[in-house]
Amino acid sequence: MKRELNIAVNGESYNFFIEPKTLLVQVIREMLGMKGTHQACDSSSCAACTVIIEGKAVKSCSILALQVNGKEVTTIEGLADGTNLHPIQQAFIDNWAFQCGFCTSGQIMAAKAFLDENPNPTREEIQMQMDGHICRCTGHNMINEAIQDAAKRLQSRDAAKRLPAQKKLQPQKWAQTAKSGKGA
Amino acid sequence: MSEFSIIGKPTPNVDGPAKVTGEAAYTIDMTLPNMLYGKLLRSPYPHAKILSIDTSKAEEFPGVKLIITGKDTPGGKWGLWRRFRELSDQQALATDKVRFIGDPLAAVAATTEEIAEKALDLIEVEYEPLPAVYDPIEAIKDDAPMVHEDFPSNINATRHIEWGDVDKGFAEADYVREDRFVLEAAHPCAMEVHNTLASYDKGTGRLTVWTSTGSPYFVQQNLAEALKLREGDIRVIKPHVGGHYGGKNSTMPDCVNAAILSMKTGRPVKIVFNRDEEFTTTEHRTAQHMALKLGLKKDGTIVAFEAKTITNGGAFTGLGATTLYLTGTFITMPYKVPNYRFDGVRAYTNIVWGTSIRGFGAVPSKYCAETQLERAAHDLGIDSLEIRRINAVAPGYEAPGQYKFESCGIQACIEKMAVRVKEKWPKVEKDAGIGYCAFAYMSGGIFNWIDTPYAYSSAHVKVNFDGTVDLYSQAADVGQGHNTVAAMICAEELGIGIEDIRLHMGDTAHAYTDLGAWGSRETLMNGNAIKDAAGQIKQKLIDIARLKLGENIAYDLVAKNKRVYLELRPERGLSYYDLVKDAIRANDGVPLTGTGHYTPHNKGMISPAYGMGIMAIKAKVDRETGHVEAQDVLVVHDSGQIINPLGARGQVEGSIHMGLGYGLCEEMPMDQGMLLNPEFVDYKIIRTRDMPEIEILDVPTYEPNGPFGAKEAAEATIAPAAPALANAVYQACGAEFFSNVLKPEKVLKAIKEKEKKDKEGAKPKTTSKAKGK
Repeated sequence: MKRELNIAVNGESYNFFIEPKTLLVQVIREMLGMKGTHQACDSSSCAACTVIIEGKAVKSCSILALQVNGKEVTTIEGLADGTNLHPIQQAFIDNWAFQCGFCTSGQIMAAKAFLDENPNPTREEIQMQMDGHICRCTGHNMINEAIQDAAKRLQSRDAAKRLPAQKKLQPQKWAQTAKSGKGA
Repeated sequence: MSEFSIIGKPTPNVDGPAKVTGEAAYTIDMTLPNMLYGKLLRSPYPHAKILSIDTSKAEEFPGVKLIITGKDTPGGKWGLWRRFRELSDQQALATDKVRFIGDPLAAVAATTEEIAEKALDLIEVEYEPLPAVYDPIEAIKDDAPMVHEDFPSNINATRHIEWGDVDKGFAEADYVREDRFVLEAAHPCAMEVHNTLASYDKGTGRLTVWTSTGSPYFVQQNLAEALKLREGDIRVIKPHVGGHYGGKNSTMPDCVNAAILSMKTGRPVKIVFNRDEEFTTTEHRTAQHMALKLGLKKDGTIVAFEAKTITNGGAFTGLGATTLYLTGTFITMPYKVPNYRFDGVRAYTNIVWGTSIRGFGAVPSKYCAETQLERAAHDLGIDSLEIRRINAVAPGYEAPGQYKFESCGIQACIEKMAVRVKEKWPKVEKDAGIGYCAFAYMSGGIFNWIDTPYAYSSAHVKVNFDGTVDLYSQAADVGQGHNTVAAMICAEELGIGIEDIRLHMGDTAHAYTDLGAWGSRETLMNGNAIKDAAGQIKQKLIDIARLKLGENIAYDLVAKNKRVYLELRPERGLSYYDLVKDAIRANDGVPLTGTGHYTPHNKGMISPAYGMGIMAIKAKVDRETGHVEAQDVLVVHDSGQIINPLGARGQVEGSIHMGLGYGLCEEMPMDQGMLLNPEFVDYKIIRTRDMPEIEILDVPTYEPNGPFGAKEAAEATIAPAAPALANAVYQACGAEFFSNVLKPEKVLKAIKEKEKKDKEGAKPKTTSKAKGK
């Protein structure tokens, strides 16, 4: 017996009739065709599919879509502002915080929810928060550094917002990514 | 270095924007109109005769479009050891019998994945279970059940390597010790499982395949054999790949069966493994037994070394036979071993097969050799670093008939390590220790068991009228960052920017052959091909610049910073963009093209170049619980001229992470051929909280065989992590290990044994004999 689902994803409202057992990740990947959210296990243990539901990082494979009825979901596709990357995305690029990139969407979404709550975390706090994420490529340290770097970028962006008289920060265009970067 | 504009500068990943926005398409993200979903029926028995398969009920299930069994397949066998046909032992679906738990014997195509799965339950199979063999030592006994009846025995491959006079060497040794080891298997655990989308064009008889692989060329070759098609009628496209680590070299049943189902239904078919299938039916790092005998002089100089191994090959060959050979060579590196003998056997058994996982050959063998060397140093009262320093090779060192080191910074690495260790860890607390391991690894393999008639690496470069460059190659970025390296090498050679390069990589229809991403080969081999191709175009631009400038012919011209100019008088030159326009006009309007290739010649049996270095790990042992904490890692590394320091660091960090997993927690326990932990819940991968910080120091050298002096950075640092960790525990508490995976119970047992031994007094060890002279 199908049930009605009303859901807002990345600011857009959708209406579906779905089987009650449908998982949120299935709605995102198969019904909405947003393939940026990846699934890497069948046991809720890798966190690659993490999305943000009303401010909280949630594994989209571990929640029924109907549990999210009437709520707002943000996926990796909703993070950038048009062609301008979010500072966390830019920090991941500049710190080589991904290799194959398969777990990256989940890592970035979890980092976003975390930095919204704790804007200035230590290495240990990031480790505690991100421990649920499996990454087979990077060895985690460069992800940790990217999150610390992103925290700094977000703080200076927010500071710039608070002081409108100050010089505006350069918009972060994708084409600029090749210029910056941190030494090994 | 300063002479380069791009090489050596930290350069963010060219695939970065796609990968951080979710736009990067992996095979698993792809669908085609009218696509069907495929699933494989897998054997619940480790070894059984197939008496009958009844698919009639399943065929009637609504939504099921086709079910095939072994008799419906083209029947071609394939493998990566094509040079030896008898080792091409893989098949699409088992016909007469199944050889391991998970061996596929039927394939379903249906309108949804759910329907395909339901159909599997409706297929009725009658099996006659056969005696099975799981241990390689049991497998090579005369009365062992045969895994492949058409093979003379369960001995899949053997390898003998010898140089010098080993018996004479041992006779001259002051100290000889023998140790036996048991190494456990580990799984590569790529985050993107094996999966394939195949689309057959009925009209033209051509097949297109998108698959998660490290080598589109291998897949093309293997599919041609499996399907009995011409290679040229198969196009293989590698989209973004969600992890490889050596586990995606072989062509697997997902790929072949998706192709067969597509050819028979005339519709695109996609097969995606689930995580359980990934663990239980795809390739892993081989478990093996090893026996080592080491002969040293009193001062610690190695005079003789003997290694014997038998590996648990599993049901098929894959690149496992290559792994066996490399085990016999990497175990000697980076040391001067004047007299050496290796005998290796790879046995067929009734488990899923082992193959070429990251650092293949080096990871298990270095674990054994370096923990043995550490114990020998302790017995002789020689410092851990000193014994490695006095035995380390020098540039030009040659292992007769096997390998030769050209660039070689190992001595400088050890010296730098000695200085840095004292600064970094001036004092080591109670129950903590520092362990070392020296290492070396290849920059691409020379061996050609795949039997390619083509160049090992090729690249095609096309320069358009506006100066943009199209770079075509079959080389595979599987996450290691080769796309970035390829763009950097091309841009440096042409003297332009990365933003001028458009990449067209990993597609068999677009480019000449490259053998793909394995054995750390892309930077050196594909890099050389790209440099060759771009260099041909650079020469055309220089020729035209020479004509237009009319300078003294004695002057050298260089292409740099988007100009071509006199090296000694940089103000005299011309714009790259103007020269390109002139060159295309002068070429009757044809874009500038260069096709480069690289095949190593006269560089020994293994590789043209070797990355190397030394690693130190500080670890602490909890004597109550047996918990080992890897606290800190220091690695000094010679990768030649590093192309991209950001990417190289990523490779070293990732290697150490996987290497520590091999040493601490990753294992594949099996019961009667059944894997007991086929999920991330039970298969333990090191997560961020347990990951130590890593300090990486570079010792740059210039590798004459590499592009701009570069060599490997992707795999050398995986092997030393586990032995350095075990050596740290040995230093901390004297506990000795003869197996990887330092789980608490194993550590506690080793500590107890050490305490028992101490109580018994300083009797000589049972595993070693000190020879008085």
